[in-house]
Amino acid sequence: MADPLVDVRNLKIEATAYPPGEPPQDITIVHGVSFTLEKGKVLGLIGESGAGKSTIGLSAMAYGRGGVRITGGEVFVNGRDILKLGPGGLRSLRGHEVTYVAQSAAAAFNPAKRIMDQVIETTLAHGLSGRAEAEARAVILFGQLGLPNPETFGNRYPHQVSGGQLQRAMTAMALCPKPDLVIFDEPTTALDVTTQIDVLSAIKEAIHDTGVAALYITHDLAVVAQVSDHIMVLRHGRMVEYGDTGQIIGAPRQDYTRALVSVRSIEHEEKRPTAEPVLKVEGVTARYRGTDFDVLKNVSVELHPGQTLAVVGESGSGKSTLARAITGLLPPTRGRISFAGRELSAEQRARSRDDLRELQMIYQMADTAMNPRHTVGTIIGRPAEFYFGLRGEAKRKRVQELLDEIEMGKGFIDRYPAELSGGQKQRVCIARALAAKPRMIICDEVTSALDPLVADGILKLLLNLQKIEGVAYLFITHDLATVRAIADSIAVMYRGEVVRYGSKSDVLAPPFDDYTDLLLSSVPEMRLGWLEDVLKHRRMESAGN
Amino acid sequence: MAVHPVVKLMTQRLALGLLLLLAASVLIFVGTQILPGDVAQAILGQSATPQALANMREAMGLNDPAYVRYLHWLGAALHGDLGQSLTNGEDVAEAIGKRFGNTLFLAVVAAVIAVPTAIILGLIAVRYQGRWPDRLISGVTLATVSVPEFLLGYVVMFLLAVKYRLAPSVSTIYDTMSLGEKLHAIALPVIVLVLVVLGHMMRMTRAAILNVMQSAYVETAELKGLRPFLIIARHAFPNAISPVVNVVMINLAYLVVGVVVVEVVFVYPGMGQYLVDHVAKRDVPVVQACGLIFAAVYIILNVAADVISILANPRLRHPK
Amino acid sequence: MSRIPVSALIGLGFTGLYFFVAIFAGWIAPYGMAEVVGGVWEPSSSQSWLGTDSIGRDLLSRMIYGGRTTIAVAAAATVLSFVIGSILGLTAAVLGGWVDQVLSRGVDLVMAIPTLIFALVVLSVMPVTLPILILVMGLLDSTRVFRLSRAVAVDITVMDYIEAARLRGEGGGWIVFREILPNALSPLVAEMGLRFIFAVLFISTLSFLGLGVQPPLADWGGIVKENKDGIVYGIPAALYPAIAIATLAISVNLVADWVLGRTSSLKGGRGG
Repeated sequence: MADPLVDVRNLKIEATAYPPGEPPQDITIVHGVSFTLEKGKVLGLIGESGAGKSTIGLSAMAYGRGGVRITGGEVFVNGRDILKLGPGGLRSLRGHEVTYVAQSAAAAFNPAKRIMDQVIETTLAHGLSGRAEAEARAVILFGQLGLPNPETFGNRYPHQVSGGQLQRAMTAMALCPKPDLVIFDEPTTALDVTTQIDVLSAIKEAIHDTGVAALYITHDLAVVAQVSDHIMVLRHGRMVEYGDTGQIIGAPRQDYTRALVSVRSIEHEEKRPTAEPVLKVEGVTARYRGTDFDVLKNVSVELHPGQTLAVVGESGSGKSTLARAITGLLPPTRGRISFAGRELSAEQRARSRDDLRELQMIYQMADTAMNPRHTVGTIIGRPAEFYFGLRGEAKRKRVQELLDEIEMGKGFIDRYPAELSGGQKQRVCIARALAAKPRMIICDEVTSALDPLVADGILKLLLNLQKIEGVAYLFITHDLATVRAIADSIAVMYRGEVVRYGSKSDVLAPPFDDYTDLLLSSVPEMRLGWLEDVLKHRRMESAGN
Repeated sequence: MAVHPVVKLMTQRLALGLLLLLAASVLIFVGTQILPGDVAQAILGQSATPQALANMREAMGLNDPAYVRYLHWLGAALHGDLGQSLTNGEDVAEAIGKRFGNTLFLAVVAAVIAVPTAIILGLIAVRYQGRWPDRLISGVTLATVSVPEFLLGYVVMFLLAVKYRLAPSVSTIYDTMSLGEKLHAIALPVIVLVLVVLGHMMRMTRAAILNVMQSAYVETAELKGLRPFLIIARHAFPNAISPVVNVVMINLAYLVVGVVVVEVVFVYPGMGQYLVDHVAKRDVPVVQACGLIFAAVYIILNVAADVISILANPRLRHPK
Repeated sequence: MSRIPVSALIGLGFTGLYFFVAIFAGWIAPYGMAEVVGGVWEPSSSQSWLGTDSIGRDLLSRMIYGGRTTIAVAAAATVLSFVIGSILGLTAAVLGGWVDQVLSRGVDLVMAIPTLIFALVVLSVMPVTLPILILVMGLLDSTRVFRLSRAVAVDITVMDYIEAARLRGEGGGWIVFREILPNALSPLVAEMGLRFIFAVLFISTLSFLGLGVQPPLADWGGIVKENKDGIVYGIPAALYPAIAIATLAISVNLVADWVLGRTSSLKGGRGG
C-alpha cells in the first residue's frame, strides 16, 4: 500500500497564556495526537471550543496561529516531515500542496482586491500555470460551486457579494491551485441553516469532482457526518475516539462520543393551551427610527402560562426585533401587546414596576449580559433588592436559594463573571431573571453561543425550572433541534412576518408552506446520506413543478 | 442617476471643513472680543485715561454690536485685509505674508525629513516587533515625546550649537541667502521639529501597520505560501495606506503648532514668533489673523486626511 | 491585589517623590524662592548644588518651588478638565439624542483649533493670572476628556447588562454610578495621568513664551525663559527643567500604562 498523504505522529502543540495579574505561562493545548489521511479521503475533526481542532488542522501546513508553537511529533505530507522544512520549503507546501478555507471568508479576503485576483494568486505565485489558464479554471470552479454568473463573479470585490457566496469563493480559492489537501476550518458555522446546506453540498461535490483530500473541522457532528470518510473526536487537546464515520455516529465506543451523538435529542411533551394567555401580541408592526422599512409586519402570537412559545427564524427574520417590541425598547408603530390581561404601554419607560418585574429577559451572550465588575451575589441579588426590598442577610439567603435552583454550589456568590465558564455564566443570567419572580422570560438565542453539551444542560435546566416555577418562555432561536426540545407552540418568522404559527405538533407536521419546508429540511440530521437524500428530494420537487 | 458614494462623502467632508473654518473664525473672534474684561482697557493698561479708552474703543469699533464687528472683520479678511497692527500700525496681511512663507519653509523641510523617516522606522519596528530594534526605537521616541518642544530645542542648541558648533544657535534668514545657506541656518529648528513629530508619527504608524498585519487576510496570504515581500506589497500595504496617511496628516497638523514654539526658541522670523510677540503686546488684530491662519491650516490638513481615507476605502470606491 | 510590575513601581516612586517635594517645598528647599545667594550663573557647589541662576538665586530652590507651581497648576487644570469633561461625556453617552449631538459638535469645533493657538488667542485679551490660566487650560483640555469618557461610556452603554438594568427599571443614578462608572474608571484614571502630563508640558510652554506663570513666582517653564541666554555661553541652567519634566512625564506614563494594562487583562480574562 502506498504511503498516506498525511501522517501525523504524536503531535504536541503549546501556546502562551496570559492569565490576568499573573506572569505569562506556557500551556500544552494538544497532547500527542496521531492520525493518517489517504489521498482523496476526508477526515472530520470534531470537538467543542478549546478541543484544539483548528490548531491540529493548521499543523498540516506547519502553521501556528498567534503564539501557538508545534513543540513535538512529526507531520508527514507527501512523505516528508514538514516540521523540518525551511522557509522556501514551507512556501511550496502552503498554497500548492495544502490550502486552507477559513471560517470567516469575509475577514479572510483582502478587501482591497478583486475576488478573481485573490483566487488565482496562489496558482500564479507558485508558477503552476499562466493567468489565462488559471482564470479559466477559477471560472469552472465558480460554476461547480454554484456561484451566480461564474464568468463575471471574479470581477467583484469581496464586500459586494453575500457571506455564503464568499465562503464558496474561498473554497474555489483553495481548490484553484489543484492541491493535494484542503483544510476546511468551520466553513459553514457562521452561515444560516438554509445557506449552510447549499455551501455544504457545494463543498462536498467539489471535493468529489476534484478528488482532493480534506481535513474538515467543525463542532457539528451532524454536518461532518455528511462529508467525511473518517472522524476523529477531540476533547481538551486529546483524541477521544477515531473511526470511520458510520461507526462513530452509529456505534460510538466512548461516553463522550455517545453524548455528542445523542445531543439535541431532548424530548418534551407538548402542553395544550389551558388558561388565558399571559402574553398576547396583536397585529404588531415596527420599524427602526430613521428607516422606512418595517422589520415586523402585522405579527400576532400568544403565549400561555407555564408554556413555551418558540420563535424560529434566520438572521434578519425579525425574531429579535419582536423581543425588543415586547420589552418596549422598540415601540411598535401599530398593534397592541397585552400582558397578564392588561395592555402594556408601548414605551418601556412608561411601564409599571410590576410589569417590568414580571417580564424578564435572558440574552445570547452571557458575557456581555453581566457587568464584569459585579459579583455573582450583586448580579443575582440586585433584582431581589430592587423589586422586593431584600437586603443584607435576607438578600444573601435568596441569592443562595437561586444558586441552588440553577445547580451551582456555595462558592460562587463572591465570584466575578470572568471566573465562570460559559455555561455557568448563562446559569447566573437565568438566576437573575428568576430573582424577579417573573411570569414570563424572553430567552433570546440563549444556547446558541454554547457548546452542544453545555447547551443541552441549559435547556434541561430551563425545562425543569418551568415545571417548578410555572414561568412562561418566549424562546427565540434559529436552531430547530432546540425548538423540538423545548417548545409547546411555534411561530416561524421570515422577513418580518409570521409565516406559520400553531402548536408544535401542527407546525412540525405536513403539509408545509415553502419556507418552513426549506427550513426544516435544511437542518442537518445525524445520519449517513442525509445530505444526498435532501438534495435528491429537492431535485425531484423542482423537476415535478 | 445616483451620485457615487465617494463623491457624496467627499462633498460632505469638504462642506463640513468649510463649516468648521467658519465656526473657528467665530470662535477666534469671540475669544478676543466678547470675553469678560474690556479689550481697550487690557491693551492700554490700568493707568489709561478715560479719553484714551474712549478713543481706543472708537478706533476698534467696539461701540458696534459684536456680530457687526465680526462680519466686518470676516468680510475684510476674505478680501485679504487683515487690518492694522495696534502696536506699530503696519498692515497685518503684509507683515504676515513673508513670515508665513518662512514658517511654511521650515515646516515643509521638517516634514520632508520626518515623514519618510517615521514610516521607515515604523516598518522596522513592525518587522522586528518585540526585539531590540523595536524596543530601541520605541524607547527613544518615548523620551522625545515626553519633553516639551522648547526644552528639546535648548537641549539640541546646547549640544549641537554650543558644545560642537555644528550649526548656528539663532536661525536668522533673509532673502539674499542661497538655499544652502538657508538650510544651514534652519538646521537646528528642523532637527527639533523632526524629533518632536517623529515620535508620535512613528508610534502611530507602527500601530496602524501592526493592526493590518494581524488581520485574517494577511494570514490567508501567508497560508498561500507567498513570499514575505509579496504579502506586504500586495496585501498589507494597500490596506495600510489609509491609516498611515491619516497618521501623517494628523502629525503634520501637529507640526503646525510645534512650529510656534520652536520659532521662538531659535528666534526664527516666522509666523509663530510674530504671534507670540503680539500676544504679549495684546495686539488683537495680529493675534486674530495669525490664529485664523493657523486654525485654517490645521483644519485643511485634517480634512485632507479624511478625504484620503475615503479615497483609499475599497468599500466606498466600489459600492455594491 | 495582584503584584505591581517593576516599571509601575518605579513610576509610582518618582511620581510620589515629585508630589512630596512639591507639597513640602517650603521645608525642603535650602533657600527662599526669590533669595539672592550668590553671583550670576555660579557653577554647582556645596552651597548650591545646581549653581545659581541669571540673577544669583539658588537654582535648586527655584526648581523645587517651580515644581510646586507647575505641578499645582497642572493638577488643578487636570481636575477641572476631568470634572467638566467626564460629567458632560457620561451625560452625552447616557442621554444620547440632541444633548449628545450639541455637546459633541461643540467639542468638535473647539478641537478644530489647535489648543496652543486657541490659548494664545484667549490670553491675548485676558489678564494672565493663575486662576485664569487654570480655567483656560482646564476648559480647553476638557474637550479631550469629553471625547474619551463619551467613547468609553458609549462602548459600555451598548452592552446587554446596561439594557438589562434599563429593563429592570433602574434609574439613571444606578446606571451611571453602579453599571457604567466601575467599568469606565480604569481608562479614565489612565487618561488622567496623560492629561496631567499634557498640562505640565502646556503650562511650561506658556510660561516659556512669557504668557503663563508670571515672575516673581517660579515655575519650570519660567526657569528656562530666565536662563535661556546662558545656553549660548555653555551654561546648562536652562536644561534642568528638561530633566525634571521628562522624568515626571515618563513616570506618570509608566503608571498610566499599568492602570490601563490592568483593565485590559480584566476584560480579556475569560474563565473556563
